[in-house]
Amino acid sequence: MISEFRQHVIENLAKPKVRANFRKAMDGLMQRRLDQFPDPQELDRIRTQAQAIRANALSKLPELLEQLEARLTANGIHVHWAETTEQANQTVLAIMQQHDAKTLIKGKSMVSEEMGLNHFLEAHGIDALESDLGEFILQLAHEPPSHIVAPAIHKSRQDVAKLFNEKFPDIPYTENIDELTQAARTILRDKFYSADIGLSGVNFAVAETGTLCLVENEGNGRMSTTVPRVHIAVTGIEKVVEKFSDIPPLLSILTRSATGQPITTYFNMISSPRKPGEKDGPEEVHLVLLDNGRSNIYSDPELLATLRCIRCGACMNHCPVYTRIGGHSYGTVYPGPIGIILEPQKAGLDVHGELTQASTLCGACGEVCPVRIPIPTLINRLRFEGVRKDASTTPGTGSRRKLQEAAAWKAWSWSASHPAVYNFGATAATRLQGMLPTNMSAWTNVRSAPKLAEKTLHERLKDLGVADE
Amino acid sequence: MSKPDTVYFFGTCLIDLIYPQAGVSAIQLIQREGVQVIFPQAQTCCGQPAWNSGYRDEARAVARSQIALFPKPIPIVIPSGSCAGMMKTHYPELFAGQPDEAQALEVAGRVYELTEFLVDVLHIELKDLGEPVKVAVHTSCSSRREMGVADRIETLLDQLANVTKLEQIRKAECCGFGGTFAVKQPEISASMVLEKVDTIRATQADRLVGQDAGCLMNIGGAMEKQGAAIPHQHIAEFLWERTNMASTPLPSTPLRNHSHRTERPLNEAAARSLSGVEGNKETAQ
Amino acid sequence: MNNSAARANILQRLRKETPPGLPLSGEGRSCTLVADASCSSPDKGRLGGVSSFDWDKAERVRRFTERMQAVRAEIHHADRHNWLEVLVEICQAKGLNNLLLSPNTAWGQTITAQAERFPSLRHYDQPIDDWKEEMFYGIDAAFTATRGGIAETGTLILWPDAEEPRQMSLVPPIHIAVLETDQLYTTFAAAVQKQGWVETGLPTNALLVSGPSKSADIEQTLAYGVHGPKELVVILV
Repeated sequence: MISEFRQHVIENLAKPKVRANFRKAMDGLMQRRLDQFPDPQELDRIRTQAQAIRANALSKLPELLEQLEARLTANGIHVHWAETTEQANQTVLAIMQQHDAKTLIKGKSMVSEEMGLNHFLEAHGIDALESDLGEFILQLAHEPPSHIVAPAIHKSRQDVAKLFNEKFPDIPYTENIDELTQAARTILRDKFYSADIGLSGVNFAVAETGTLCLVENEGNGRMSTTVPRVHIAVTGIEKVVEKFSDIPPLLSILTRSATGQPITTYFNMISSPRKPGEKDGPEEVHLVLLDNGRSNIYSDPELLATLRCIRCGACMNHCPVYTRIGGHSYGTVYPGPIGIILEPQKAGLDVHGELTQASTLCGACGEVCPVRIPIPTLINRLRFEGVRKDASTTPGTGSRRKLQEAAAWKAWSWSASHPAVYNFGATAATRLQGMLPTNMSAWTNVRSAPKLAEKTLHERLKDLGVADE
Repeated sequence: MSKPDTVYFFGTCLIDLIYPQAGVSAIQLIQREGVQVIFPQAQTCCGQPAWNSGYRDEARAVARSQIALFPKPIPIVIPSGSCAGMMKTHYPELFAGQPDEAQALEVAGRVYELTEFLVDVLHIELKDLGEPVKVAVHTSCSSRREMGVADRIETLLDQLANVTKLEQIRKAECCGFGGTFAVKQPEISASMVLEKVDTIRATQADRLVGQDAGCLMNIGGAMEKQGAAIPHQHIAEFLWERTNMASTPLPSTPLRNHSHRTERPLNEAAARSLSGVEGNKETAQ
Repeated sequence: MNNSAARANILQRLRKETPPGLPLSGEGRSCTLVADASCSSPDKGRLGGVSSFDWDKAERVRRFTERMQAVRAEIHHADRHNWLEVLVEICQAKGLNNLLLSPNTAWGQTITAQAERFPSLRHYDQPIDDWKEEMFYGIDAAFTATRGGIAETGTLILWPDAEEPRQMSLVPPIHIAVLETDQLYTTFAAAVQKQGWVETGLPTNALLVSGPSKSADIEQTLAYGVHGPKELVVILV
C-alpha cells in the first residue's frame, strides 16, 4: 500500500513545470547564499556565533520568557500565552471581538499558518487577508505555502497572471512581473487603509529590551504593524533571545542564509504601542506566545536543538529531496529538512513519522544551517524514536515499528554479529538485507539488479592468504 | 600520523559481495607502499543500515562484534566514506553510555577512509601507466560531510597524467541512494539518480569513479538499466589498474560484467603482492 | 481563555528536569543545555560590542553608496551648503506635487524657509486618523532625517517620533532621507553600541531601511515598489 506522503510525492514528481520552477529557484538561492559567504572560515565562525546565541537563549528559556513578558508589559504591550493553536486562535479572536473588528490584514507569519488562523477566523465571520505578495497569491489560489521564505515559489509568472486575471478581471491580463506586483500593490493598499487589525509574526523577540523584530522586504510587515489601530504579533516561544546585541549577528546570518541578501529592505523593531504625542502606529500591541509542542521538544536534550531554528529555509533550499518533491508533498506547515524534524515532534510520529524517511541523510541541510542544527542526526534520532520499544517523550514513539520489519532487522543483526553464519552459512539475501531489503522491484524499476560477485572479498583474500589477525 | 607498518582493512559488505575487486585493489595499493594489511575474516558489516533505520540495538550488536576485531593500535582503513563515517562519527553516538563506549571511541579514532589514508598518511605518489581516459568523479555525501575527505579522490586522480577529470553539474548533490531510502522512497530516489545519470552522461566521460560502492551501484545500475552505460569503478580498482603495469586492460563493460572480470585470475604481480602480505616488503615498492 | 493557566503550564514544562538516560548523538548537548560561558557564547565579547573590522569614513561612504545603489536606491552626495539645492533638484526631477515633512527639525526649518522653491509642503501636524486618506492617496513624497546609517549593508537607521512619524517613511511612494556621514557606522553592531541603543532605551519603532520596497515572490525575480516606497532617495551630507 502506498502511503499518503508517497502519493503526494508521485503526483508532484509528475509535474515537470513545477519541478523546473523549484529547481531553478533553489539553484538560484543556493548560489546567492554562497556568494554571501566567500570565506569558509568566516562562515564557520559566524555559524558558531549564531548557534551560541540561540543555544544560550534556549538554555535560559523560561527565565527569558518571563523577562520578555515583563519588559513588553512595562512597554505597554499585552502578552498572551497559548499552549495550543486552538488557544492562540481564540486569543486572536477575542482581541478582534473586543474591538468589534471584521477585517485582519496579515504580514507573513508561519506561526499563523501553524495555527490555521485564516480558516479559523473565516469560520467566525472575520476576513483575514494575506498581504505578503507570495502569500496573497496563494490565498487567491487557495493553496498553502510551499516554502517558508518564498511561499509561492512553485508558481510561474503565467500561473500568477492567470490567477490575477481570473480573480480581478478589471485588471488587464499581464505576465509582466512588475505589472503583476503593481496590481497587488494597488489592491492591497486599500486593504491596509481599511483593515481594523494587523497581524504579524516575529523573527526575534528580545528579552532585554522587550522588542519584537520583523525581517521583510516588501513593506507589508511594516504596513500591518503600523497602519491598523491594533497590532497582534504571534510567535513560537522559542523565538526569544537574551540581549539586543544578539540581534545584529542573527539578522545578518538569517538574511544571508535565507535569500542571499546582506540585509533585507526592512528590519522592523517594535518595542511599544503608540505613545502619547505620537501621531501614528497602533494604539494597542499584543503578543501571543505559542507553545504547540515546543516545550515538549525542549524536554529532550538532543531534540532541543530543533528549537534553535531561525526559519531561514536554507535547509530546504539545499535539500535534494525538497527540490524535487516541492513543499506541498510534505503535507505539513513546515516542509523540507526542518519540517522533517519539527512536524513529527509536534504532531506525533504516528501522524508525520514517515517524513523522517524523506531524507537520504546526505547532510546538505546540516552543512548550511546557520545555527548548526544537526538535522541529519535528529532525523536519525527520530527514526529511532519511531521504532523504539520503550517509552519516551516524543509523541507517537514506537508507532512506526512494524513486526515484520523489526523481525528482519533482528535476524540481520544476529547474522551479522555471528560471522560464521554471516560469511558461510546464510544466504546472500540475508547478507544483503541491510543494503537491499526485500522490495527489489523498488530498486530495479530504474536500475539493474546488483549482481553478486562469484567470490566474496572474504573468499578472495582467504585464497590469497591475506593475514586474518 | 606517520606511515604505519601494518593496518587493518575493513572491506564493507557491498564491496564484499558486489565489488570484491575494489577491496583487493585497495589492499594491493596499500601493500605496494610497504604497509602490511590484516583483514579480519570475522568482519561483517559496520551496522549502518540498522542504525539509519532506527534499529539501534540491532546496529549496536553488529557494531559490537566488529570493534572486537581490531585490537592492535593501528589504523583501520575502509574503502567507503559511508562505512568509515559510521565507525568514526556514529559509533561514538551508538555506544554513548554503553559499557564498551571507551573501546568504541578508541576504534573510531583509528578509522580512515581509503583515499584519505592514501593521501594524508601514505602520501602516495602515483605514476600513470594507462592510456588517456576521461573520467567523471562522483564524491559521496558521507566522504564530503561526515568524513570531510571528499577532495582526496581528486588529489589522487590529479596525479595521473593521462586522466582528464570532467565535472558534472551539481556534482556535490546526493545521488539518491541513501541506503534503505532507495527502497523506502523509491520515487524520490529514482528521480535523484536519473538526474545524476543525466549530468554524468552529459560530461561524455569514458568512466565514472567514486569512493563509495553504494553510490556507484546506484548510479551505475541506473545507467545500465537505460543501456549504453558509462562503465563505473571504485577508485581503488581504477588506481590500481592505472598504476600497475601488469594490470588487466581497462574494462569497457559496465557493472553486470564487472563481477565476472573479478573472476579472472589475478595477474601475477597482484597475486604476489597479495600472497606475500607479511613477508615481501622489499618487493612492494 | 485561561491565559494564566497556559502561562503556568508552559513555564512548568520548560522548568521540568530533562529525563535522564536519553541516548545522545550529535553536537551541542553541553552548549544547548548548560549556560557555560566557554561554549554558550564563544564570541560574546565581539558581538556585544565593536565589530572586528572598521572602515574609515571614505570607505564607509563608498560601501554605503555601493550597497544602496545595488538595490536601486538613489544616492546623492552633498554637503552642508548645497544639500538644499540637491533636494530642490530631486523634487523637480521627480515632478513632485507635494512633499511631506516636519517643519520643526533643523532640516525642515531650512526647507520651510525657502518653501517657494519646493512643491507644496505638507506637514504631519495631526494624528494619522484625521488625514489618513490624504496620506494614503494624496502624498507624493516624504522627506525625513535619519538617525544614522550602516555602511556594511547600505542601511538607513530610522527612529520615527512625533515630528517624523512612522508612516512618513512607509506610505508615500517616494521616501527622501538625509543622512549625515558622521553618523555612518561600519556595522549594525557598531551603530547599536556607539549610539547606545540599549542604554538609551529603544523607541516605539526603530527601523533599518535598506533600499526601496521589493519582492522576489514571483519566480525569484526582483520587483520594486511592492507595499512600501517605490523609490528611496538618500542625500548624504
